[in-house]
Amino acid sequence: MAETTKKRKPKPPVTESLLTSGHRACAGCGESLGAKLVIDAAGPNTIVTTCTGCLEVFSTPYPESAWRVPWIHSLFENSSAVAAGVEAGLKALGKKEGINVIAQGGDGGTADIGIGCLSGMLERNHEVLYVCYDNEAYMNTGVQRSGLTPFDTHTTTSPSGKKSFGNQHPKKPLLEIVAAHNIPYATSATVGYPADLQLKVKKALKEKGATFIHLHVPCPLGWVYNTELTIEIARLAVQTGLFPLVEFKWGKVTRVRKITRERKPVEEYLKHQGRYRHLFASEEGKKEIKKIQAIADANIEKYGLV
Amino acid sequence: MSKPILITVGPGTSKVNKTGAWRTLMPVFKHDKCNDCRICVTVCPDACIFGQNNVYNANLDYCKGCGICAHECPVDDIEMVLEAK
Ligand SMILES: Cc1ncc(C[n+]2csc(CCOP(=O)(O)OP(=O)(O)O)c2C)c(N)n1
Ligand SMILES: [Mg+2]
Repeated sequence: MAETTKKRKPKPPVTESLLTSGHRACAGCGESLGAKLVIDAAGPNTIVTTCTGCLEVFSTPYPESAWRVPWIHSLFENSSAVAAGVEAGLKALGKKEGINVIAQGGDGGTADIGIGCLSGMLERNHEVLYVCYDNEAYMNTGVQRSGLTPFDTHTTTSPSGKKSFGNQHPKKPLLEIVAAHNIPYATSATVGYPADLQLKVKKALKEKGATFIHLHVPCPLGWVYNTELTIEIARLAVQTGLFPLVEFKWGKVTRVRKITRERKPVEEYLKHQGRYRHLFASEEGKKEIKKIQAIADANIEKYGLV
Repeated sequence: MSKPILITVGPGTSKVNKTGAWRTLMPVFKHDKCNDCRICVTVCPDACIFGQNNVYNANLDYCKGCGICAHECPVDDIEMVLEAK
């Protein structure tokens, strides 16, 4: 038997990640997984700036750091501005060649408080990859709604109850807002499809201008689900059409991930998560689920996902 | 003379935090049907699964027991068991 099986070249042993163990993210944290995948795809010649938020707090409790690359935090809203400065400094010194600059922040840090700094970085077309870790609320301070919290989601500042089904605003179209700056590359990605994410990181870092990844990262604590489901839930967000995977080049859609064969009704995604429990508790709630299905259908139609 | 404020820390110094103490469920790698795909390594948020040639294990000093590796293993070769401490 053994003689007839083709001998494959053995893979080298697994090496240490550039975002290493001992960080204090919750068990099953999608954001820590996303950050690990991003930095390992980028490689060691990378400088990282990070907004205030879970990612900053769990990875760098002073006097320790889980990062094995140069890393800096300044304020909640300005990782994009700091990264722009890092890039401009490297260029002025003639040292930019071969060094990646990555700026990152949460959904609050990116789509709300930091959107001005981000817009400036994009407008000036700095050679920086910005990664927005979208866990759909201000998680680090205890699950407050952000501009990227989806419709009808329960958070501590958009509670569901007798008078409300939770957050009444639609999710801000962050990727389109970024793509409208006419930058070389902007895309959505998810920890649900790690290989696709890492490919997109490499693609972005090849560009000679500003690039952007809107990265969907489930949060077991804020979304209220069992920790082992992080990747499955992330995949379901894509398969239901609620988080479409779309790539833009110079402001135009160039590629989408089709969901023709794997398309599922939104209940399949919502039912795992305590933040949507109220929608399954009454007849009125079921009508709300129809509205969420309409949001998914509109995404599918808009980007031609089937 | 004013002293410089030390605000920088060394790379990877988080490893002093033995987050394995958080765990209630423990992954047991059965080393039976492993097909060397390394999905467990890729999906571990704590970057604590190491190995080679169909033999992978979680470093229990850091594994928080989230169970993503077991849930995503395509050949069901990882089992989560309640850990007696
Ligand atoms: C100017 C300012 N306002 C408020 C805060 C408090 N604060 C720290 S982290 C955080 C939430 C971050 O949310 P998000 O950007 O979505 O990142 P997450 O923690 O969810 O990853 C807030 C409100 C702050 N540090 N600075
Ligand atoms: Mg957030």
